[in-house]
Amino acid sequence: MAGRLIELPAPRGPLSEQLFEALEGPAHARLASPGVPDSADPIADEDLQLALYVAYELHYTSIRGVDERWEWSPSLLSFRGALERPFEEAVAEMVPPAEAAELESVGAALQTIVAEDPGPPLSRYIETQGTRGQVLEHVVHRSAYQLKEADPHSWAIPRLSPRPKAAMLEVQFDEYGGGNAERMHSVLFAKTMEGLGLDPEYGAYLDRLPAVTLASVNMLTGFGLHRRRRGAALGHLAAFEMTSSIPNRRYGNALRRLGYSAEVTHFYDEHVEADAVHENIAAWDMAGGLAADEPEVAADILFGARALLQVEARWASHLMAAWEEGETSLRAPVVPVPA
Amino acid sequence: MATNQSAGDPAVTITPYPDGPYLVRGDFVVTDQEGNELPTERRTIALCRCGKSRMRPFCDGTHKLVGFKAPSSQEPWPGD
Ligand code: FES
Ligand SMILES: [Fe+2]
Ligand SMILES: [Fe+2]
Repeated sequence: MAGRLIELPAPRGPLSEQLFEALEGPAHARLASPGVPDSADPIADEDLQLALYVAYELHYTSIRGVDERWEWSPSLLSFRGALERPFEEAVAEMVPPAEAAELESVGAALQTIVAEDPGPPLSRYIETQGTRGQVLEHVVHRSAYQLKEADPHSWAIPRLSPRPKAAMLEVQFDEYGGGNAERMHSVLFAKTMEGLGLDPEYGAYLDRLPAVTLASVNMLTGFGLHRRRRGAALGHLAAFEMTSSIPNRRYGNALRRLGYSAEVTHFYDEHVEADAVHENIAAWDMAGGLAADEPEVAADILFGARALLQVEARWASHLMAAWEEGETSLRAPVVPVPA
Repeated sequence: MATNQSAGDPAVTITPYPDGPYLVRGDFVVTDQEGNELPTERRTIALCRCGKSRMRPFCDGTHKLVGFKAPSSQEPWPGD
């Protein structure tokens, strides 16, 4: 498998237009500040989320025609900061502050938080009634994260003290295939996409992904890249692992119901078993270990967990609302190639 | 820091996690009663402790759906 390379997507408004135009020029040029983006709803703002997504992608992938020096261009970072601020505020508005009692046992608090998942029953719906087209759409949305699964959280590794770091590595080692590239979860996801007749190339569907999908990945990348959000990054990972086994069993069941082979369902089946292990390590050793070593970030651990559930709930509601109207939940429908 | 290999360390550790499975780490095999090995593909595995998994003896996360409660440390016995 070659290194990552994506195409610049089509801009969706003045911010992404300004950014993409600059990226096609020399990296020593100055990208003018966008000012304070005026966005009524940053999470659903197509222009803001796409611009932020591409600004972050500089850290993950090559972009055709873009000088790799842009990654650390001061004017790019300042432009990116202007997009991050309203988004970060919008996420904070959805998340209630942690209570003092919760901070006494972060592991137990995480259990309670995930048990009260505010989202609609998306995995149940897909398991029992999702059409082939809806299942494919779900996979395309997820590809934004799953084709780089584990990478966004891994930015946090060097920022941790030994106990949470060792616990996080125990989880991430498994995410990265336990020493075997073929078993890497992002590689398993690409195989599932292939089996469904979808394009498994990193970034292939970027133009089709709506703001709310990009927002879920942008939030996580932001947690990962900013050291000050290491608590949120680990809380996000813990909640992600703790809400994985059961939905993934259902997604596998949906594919079985539609007649797909074990090869295609493998990604999901693997996650039932893997995340039944990971969730415990992530909640108690990793998140709990970080809270014990750095109590000052304990509240941000719970913030990251709640933020994941809130943004996922918004994303899931978007999918279900579109499907209820008989429409695509993507910006343009996907046409799978026959397997 | 000790590693799994250092002398004096147990070859295997079994850790009950709060309200969840037993995590098993180290140099282990899982067999059925006849001695047939049950394949495991990861270094750390989770054995079901709530009894409700649909892939016993391994945990599949069902303990959360059934509200399984158990501490990580030994329960006081005899209780009062
Ligand atoms: S302990 Fe997890 S399913 Fe039983
Ligand atoms: Fe995974
Ligand atoms: Fe996992």
